[in-house]
Amino acid sequence: MSNSDYLNYDLQTLHQLLVDKKVTAVALTEAALAKINAEQPALNAFITINQKKALARAAELDAEGIDPDDLLAGIPIAYKDNIVTNGIRTTAASHILDNFNPVYDATVVEKLDAAGTINLGKTNMDEFAMGSSTETSHFGVTHNPWDLERVPGGSSGGSAAAVAAGEVFAALGSDTGGSIRQPAAYNGIFGIKPTYGRVSRWGLIAFGSSFDQIGVFTRRAQDAAVLLGAISGHDAKDSTSSEQAVPDFTAAIGQGIKGLKIAVPDEFFGEGIAEDVKAQVEKGLQQLADQGAIIDHVQLPHTKYAVPAYYVLASSEASSNLQRFDGIRYGFRAADVKNLDDVYVRSRSEGFGPEVKRRIMLGTFALSSGYYDAYFNKAAAVRTLIKQDFEKILATHDLIIGPTAPDTAFKIGVNDDDPITLYMKDILTISANMAGVPAASVPAGFNAEGLPVGMQMIAKRFDESTIFRAAAAFEELNHYNLETPTFKNGGNA
Amino acid sequence: MISKDQVAHVAKLARLSFSEAELEQFTHQLDQIIAMENELAEVPTDGVTPTTQVSDERNVFRADVPVTGGPTRDQLLQNVPESKDGLIKVPTIIDKGEADA
Repeated sequence: MSNSDYLNYDLQTLHQLLVDKKVTAVALTEAALAKINAEQPALNAFITINQKKALARAAELDAEGIDPDDLLAGIPIAYKDNIVTNGIRTTAASHILDNFNPVYDATVVEKLDAAGTINLGKTNMDEFAMGSSTETSHFGVTHNPWDLERVPGGSSGGSAAAVAAGEVFAALGSDTGGSIRQPAAYNGIFGIKPTYGRVSRWGLIAFGSSFDQIGVFTRRAQDAAVLLGAISGHDAKDSTSSEQAVPDFTAAIGQGIKGLKIAVPDEFFGEGIAEDVKAQVEKGLQQLADQGAIIDHVQLPHTKYAVPAYYVLASSEASSNLQRFDGIRYGFRAADVKNLDDVYVRSRSEGFGPEVKRRIMLGTFALSSGYYDAYFNKAAAVRTLIKQDFEKILATHDLIIGPTAPDTAFKIGVNDDDPITLYMKDILTISANMAGVPAASVPAGFNAEGLPVGMQMIAKRFDESTIFRAAAAFEELNHYNLETPTFKNGGNA
Repeated sequence: MISKDQVAHVAKLARLSFSEAELEQFTHQLDQIIAMENELAEVPTDGVTPTTQVSDERNVFRADVPVTGGPTRDQLLQNVPESKDGLIKVPTIIDKGEADA
């Protein structure tokens, strides 16, 4: 096999090669960098490539030797560009932060650095994680490696494309309303949003603080379980992080599917869900049933209201969180300003892109005097009902399973002037954020055009282990996850 | 229907400014989005407690002592657009009134 295939290996194999010095961390980093640089013109998965520091860190690790107990040492990864990295530019894909150089690391970065992973760079995303296609990035769209004329999904589109293309072994993303799971589905890889509170949000540039969670993209569920274990746990710097003990997320892998009680919501197969997506997910569910899973059809009656409730609540939180971007302490400051108010207004108006402004406007409206009860409070009450729907079903079932997204990757540009059509893409993923429960997307095959379809697995709070167990077992049935992207419509790239 | 004046008012609250053409477009798009939001009115929520967070419900306390080991003043000033003598520089805050505004 050529060097460029290393990043598609499973973690244990790659680790063993490093321990046995059959491949060095430097060689692995060079292979990753060569692939990233070669594919950057076609994919644009990265905003910043961390070439020098990555190579230096790899050389350090080689000098120390890779310890057999340090499973993640020497492994090349990437971070979504809303996760702050000390001394490495962090932009949230926004003009307003395009010169921002953080002076500290996010907790997840500290933890993975300590585990010995190598940071290859910062991945592209929708501006401030607001979008479902990576098209709102100030740094241009990321292209889907399965078909370069299509979006990679979003908002963590760069992370998903980089892992799918084998540019890095794994990447972190963030998920506020589906921003890990939908791009994982569109790219044919595994992506998990853990339970709200499982992973510290310290150093994650805030969007909707009661929804945001950091999670992991990998080719294999088992490897994501290792990475999630490494970044989970209580952090004094994030008082919403949970004190729940972090289990070995890989422990239940290998126990198979038999006896798992799976709820399949009718609403996840209703109007607006593409037929080819339904067909692939139904095929997968039949396979799970054949393996001994107990499948029940259930209702989540408030699903229809998830999108409107989410857009009020997340946008309200965003309008508050994004007040800090005012051109004073960091980020872009507009030129030729006459007074302080001008600094605020002009820096924000020139610094934010249209989608971010739309959400700030919606949120400000929903929180404004006279509208607060009708919009914010109403949406927060609907959130309670959505959460209760989930709690009721999950009290008697191990997993809720359905499609991750209503469709497969769409063409770049087709939804440009239609925010609502784009917002509806999140209908199947938003509810897990509303309820704070863990959810993942697992590759479930391809449609007739060769585009990946994702199957979503949602579990009880703090029961990520059951997701890893079921996802790993499902992977074994088809190995869809081992298919690598075709770079369709790539010319001679 | 949301009006252009309402949108202009919200923009002011949000410290954003729009050109006339942008204001037209935002009014149109926000109107569509708010029409979608109005579907929420269909849901009966009398007596339902709003959910604003989904973490473990507890207060987090710490001793009232200085936290050390944070970034230094120099580090914090690294990203400041304009600074002077270790302070952040901003334009005039109080307009002396020479201009009509």
